[in-house]
Amino acid sequence: MSTLFEEIPPAPADGVPVRRVTVTVNGRERTADVEPRLLLAHLLRQGFRLTGTHTGCDTTNCGACTVLVDGLPVKSCTMLAVQADGHEVTTVEGLGGPSELHPLQEGFKDEHGLQCGFCTPGMMLAAKALLAENPRPTEDEVRFALSGNLCRCTGYQNIVKAVLWAAEKMNGGDQ
Amino acid sequence: MYPSRFAYEAPRTLDEAIDLLAQGRGEAKVLAGGQSLVPLLKLRFANPDLLVDINNLPGLDHLAIAADGGVRVGALVRHRDLERATALASAQPVMAAAAPLIADPIVRTRGTLVGSLCHADPQGDWAAAVLAAGGQVVAQGPHGRRSIPVGEFVVGPFQNVLEYDEVAVEATIPAARDRVAGGFLKLERRVGDFATAGTAVALELDGDRVTRAGIALTGVGSRTLDARAAADSLLGRALTAETIARAAELAAEAAQPNSDHRGSAAYKRHVIHTFVTRILTRVTTTTTEHAA
Repeated sequence: MSTLFEEIPPAPADGVPVRRVTVTVNGRERTADVEPRLLLAHLLRQGFRLTGTHTGCDTTNCGACTVLVDGLPVKSCTMLAVQADGHEVTTVEGLGGPSELHPLQEGFKDEHGLQCGFCTPGMMLAAKALLAENPRPTEDEVRFALSGNLCRCTGYQNIVKAVLWAAEKMNGGDQ
Repeated sequence: MYPSRFAYEAPRTLDEAIDLLAQGRGEAKVLAGGQSLVPLLKLRFANPDLLVDINNLPGLDHLAIAADGGVRVGALVRHRDLERATALASAQPVMAAAAPLIADPIVRTRGTLVGSLCHADPQGDWAAAVLAAGGQVVAQGPHGRRSIPVGEFVVGPFQNVLEYDEVAVEATIPAARDRVAGGFLKLERRVGDFATAGTAVALELDGDRVTRAGIALTGVGSRTLDARAAADSLLGRALTAETIARAAELAAEAAQPNSDHRGSAAYKRHVIHTFVTRILTRVTTTTTEHAA
């Protein structure tokens, strides 16, 4: 794994103390010097240019910025970047690429789980954490697990279908 | 939104954390789950000089649940851990019922019960559940440890009695002498919203006679309310339609709700009345045995 030093724009002013953090993002170890007040969402988006993590409400309500920290879903606008030091972060970019979609990405595509797409990365990561803990969730369990993620298009029906589709596929079922 | 600048320390020992807080002289703040503090920092309602992150401290992530109802919750136990602790359903049903209603599933990954007690939000859920169960907060400072009953720990909106150089290290619920029963109900407009009104009930029963009762209310006052008269009205009595109705009336009287966008004061009182009735009625059909 390569170690990369990355400057986080906007660069802290001269004399502002920074801390060096090393975070494994989508399997790759990355290092940055950050001000303690920098939020994890901003480290990912502006520091590491992983703009798949969206910032929506910025008030811990909407869940658009959800990423996995050590496998568990976290609102990255409500965690300091310094707190991710030494931890593993998974963003939507870590799910799968265009040539090989993750079953959740496939499910969102096939079941029309995206409308405007803004909430989608957070929805998929919350769903990924659910399926890791409960590979065969009921529709109610999917709704409960996604209750911290808001869809401004109100496209919940198809989001739930997409997660159930992915669960079926990951359990070896035919779609 | 960015917080204003602060210094940040992530000590490895509790003594070091207490030293840092002492040096902060009231301008340092403990960071645990951060699910209330980080939003406050971003909104700049909180402006500490120093954040003392306790997430790397050893020995604060213990969750001990005894069959006799005794519970110890370390300062780094997350809502998520409590939600998944199956032993809690029989040991302290009021806490088991509250856990999946805290905030939303993603906030529950990081937020902590002890942090919620310290934050002392008048609309918080855990303070009501722990107050009803007769719990305490254990704080450690430079001069040792002390236990503070939750009813005395929370003194006002967002105010607790901790000294600036004390860390709340755990919450404890005492062991029960008799059969434990209880429940927690919350009305919220949507998942993650603050409580419109919430009710926590924790009981002990000897046969069908109530030997200990705690009823606490959230969202209907400037702090978590101890509906003492309502709870005391049940002592020594069996749960019947009459005793339940009396407790519900007294609890609704104890509420001090304001009319706001979540509902009128009269409506919120009505909700409290309904919740007390509902929880106590359920207890009469599904009480929990525990090993003597």
